[in-house]
Amino acid sequence: MNKKETVAFNGTKEQEAKLMEAINRHKGSDGALIPVLHEAQNIYGYLPIEVQTMISKNLDVPMAEIYGVVTFYTQFTTEPKGKYHIGVCLGTACYVKGSGDIFNKIKEKLGLTGDSTCTPDGKFSIEATRCIGACGLAPVLTVNDEVYGKLTVDDVDRILSKYTD
Amino acid sequence: MEMVTISINGKSISVPKDYTILQAARSAGIDIPTLCYLKDINEIGACRMCLVEVKGARTLVTACVYPVNEGMEVFTQTERVRKARKAVLELMLSNHNKKCLTCARNRNCELQTLAEELNVTELPYEGAQTPSTIDDVSPSIVRDNSKCILCRRCIAVCKKVQTVGAIDATQRGFNTKIGSAFEKSLNETDCAMCGQCISVCPVGALYEKDGLAPVWKALADETKHVVVQTAPAVRAALGEEFGLPIGTPVTGKMAAALKALGFDKVFDTDFAADLTIMEEGTELLNRIKNGGKLPLITSCSPGWVKFCEHNFPDFLDNLSSAKSPHEMYGAILKSYYAEKAGIDPKDIFVVSVMPCTAKKFEAQREELSGTGYPDVDAVITTRELAKMIKEAGLKFNELEDAVFDSPFGDEATGAGVIFGATGGVMEAALRTVADVLTGQSLDKVDYTEVRGTEGIKEATVKIGDMDVNVAVAHGLGNARKLLNNIREGKANYHFIEIMGCPGGCVTGGGQPIQPAKVAAEIDLKAERAKALYAEDKAAGLRKSHENPYIKKLYEEYLGEPCGHKSHKLLHTHYQERPKY
Repeated sequence: MNKKETVAFNGTKEQEAKLMEAINRHKGSDGALIPVLHEAQNIYGYLPIEVQTMISKNLDVPMAEIYGVVTFYTQFTTEPKGKYHIGVCLGTACYVKGSGDIFNKIKEKLGLTGDSTCTPDGKFSIEATRCIGACGLAPVLTVNDEVYGKLTVDDVDRILSKYTD
Repeated sequence: MEMVTISINGKSISVPKDYTILQAARSAGIDIPTLCYLKDINEIGACRMCLVEVKGARTLVTACVYPVNEGMEVFTQTERVRKARKAVLELMLSNHNKKCLTCARNRNCELQTLAEELNVTELPYEGAQTPSTIDDVSPSIVRDNSKCILCRRCIAVCKKVQTVGAIDATQRGFNTKIGSAFEKSLNETDCAMCGQCISVCPVGALYEKDGLAPVWKALADETKHVVVQTAPAVRAALGEEFGLPIGTPVTGKMAAALKALGFDKVFDTDFAADLTIMEEGTELLNRIKNGGKLPLITSCSPGWVKFCEHNFPDFLDNLSSAKSPHEMYGAILKSYYAEKAGIDPKDIFVVSVMPCTAKKFEAQREELSGTGYPDVDAVITTRELAKMIKEAGLKFNELEDAVFDSPFGDEATGAGVIFGATGGVMEAALRTVADVLTGQSLDKVDYTEVRGTEGIKEATVKIGDMDVNVAVAHGLGNARKLLNNIREGKANYHFIEIMGCPGGCVTGGGQPIQPAKVAAEIDLKAERAKALYAEDKAAGLRKSHENPYIKKLYEEYLGEPCGHKSHKLLHTHYQERPKY
């Protein structure tokens, strides 16, 4: 029904072997699903349909149940992190200084609609963060390890244009 | 069982120690409202409708999951309880799509009933509404989340009873919705389309895909010869839609109603059930004689067949290649009947009235069109037939009994009618196979060892000097258990009957819906089955192969069971389907 464009899955044989090892370790014990999901997310960075399918098949848990658990906990994500991961602080100080608008502007610029958080080419991803402890620079965003402060929506183009490769 | 004494509303009662407050109250004739509670299937205390006061407890407790203990004092109708229940219901109604007038479940809705019973006269809360996301892609089942009250009864029946798990609760908090993984349509999942989710839905969030529009259209089209056939189980339950007691057979009134609706011919699928026995029975005998693949497994239940295609592809060669009865009938109607009646098969429109939602899916299978036309053009459920009767203004209960038309002067046997109950196909097959194997007409007709509502039934039936090992499973969870046993080499059978729905077709996903409270007290499976076994007992002929019209059909047209013509018209094949 709701089809959205996502980054193509490119898991490796090594990752699959690690996942299978985790599944076999937990299989048969009560409540095996959540620890397996944790390990799967550590291995792949996210839980796309391909990973959930492997878990469903090998742990013998219905796909809908797995998806239910993954969408229940904010800890789990079905979206990968991009090459450049943008964190926009939506903590109180940043928020009152307009970081909500900045967040929306970036999503718009990147063409991310609904609950998509990663561009289909895998280049950019975005996340709303809690306070990152730089309130003096509010509003703040980070791109990987770089921090940008005292921003307005007009700064968005300039920042994004630095990440072209 | 150890008993404890508790008091409810000051009345002292003694109940088994492992009872919940709800069980105790109901055993004492005290009603407590419930919504999410489904006996033995969904006991999760989620909806909070069954709140009661327990002396000494800090808060109100949910009666459906709260265990009794010695000396407990329960109050079910104090002001505190009444106010709390009403508030819970009002909050639920605040986020409910209250378009009751046009709802599939108008006047048969547990939420609507509760609103009346708890005397909700105004709706004090206004808030956000869950958007109406309708999944109507499946040919069988429609889901509308705006009507959903998140009781999770559908999830429980799909996951625990049927072991399919096509739907679950996704997201959280206000955004919680019932759905498939990655918001896929049910049609893209391994849903068996059995419709048990519809049968347990207290509201109108799940209902069958409409099949009536093409039927009304065909009836209005003078160039069409519109033929209707009704499955055995329909007659055992249709009366419930018109207020008759559960288990009242309404065969005659149903035939009369169909004639009054303007169908050109009204046929009985039971006749085709006899035909199925001829084909399937012969297939079994051939496989036993020629060392073919055993066990042979029945394929009348399209929910079961789809489940098998998704989950047990290694058993597809075990499935009988015989089509299900209504598909066989469709094929015969568009070949032999068309020839005899001098009607071009393209002008014949075959409508099947079925207790089943999966039949809607089955009828769309491309391989089921041996005549070059679809065997069956439209499938409607028992519930949909009731809607037609009501819409046409027929006074069902006052109709004078009529009899089915007979395309070949046919009449069905008692063997055909019991197809609608779990064990019925097995029993019908045994009646014929026993006679054929022994070359005699045996007096034994009743095989009671395969009757009844136990989940898996096994028997060894002595036929001549052969021990035939048979098993019967109903409900997909039981089917899974049985097949796993065979896979692991723990069991060995010649012949297996599997029905997708618990109870078989009498409690199929297209049958009249009874509220959970009624279904908790009356065993629908057993009561409706009684109507069929009574009809069987009263039948003049009780073995399919003794049906003179079946014999005539073979003599005049088909040749022999499992022969060349049969293969073209009455047999089919299956395909592995992806699980993901």
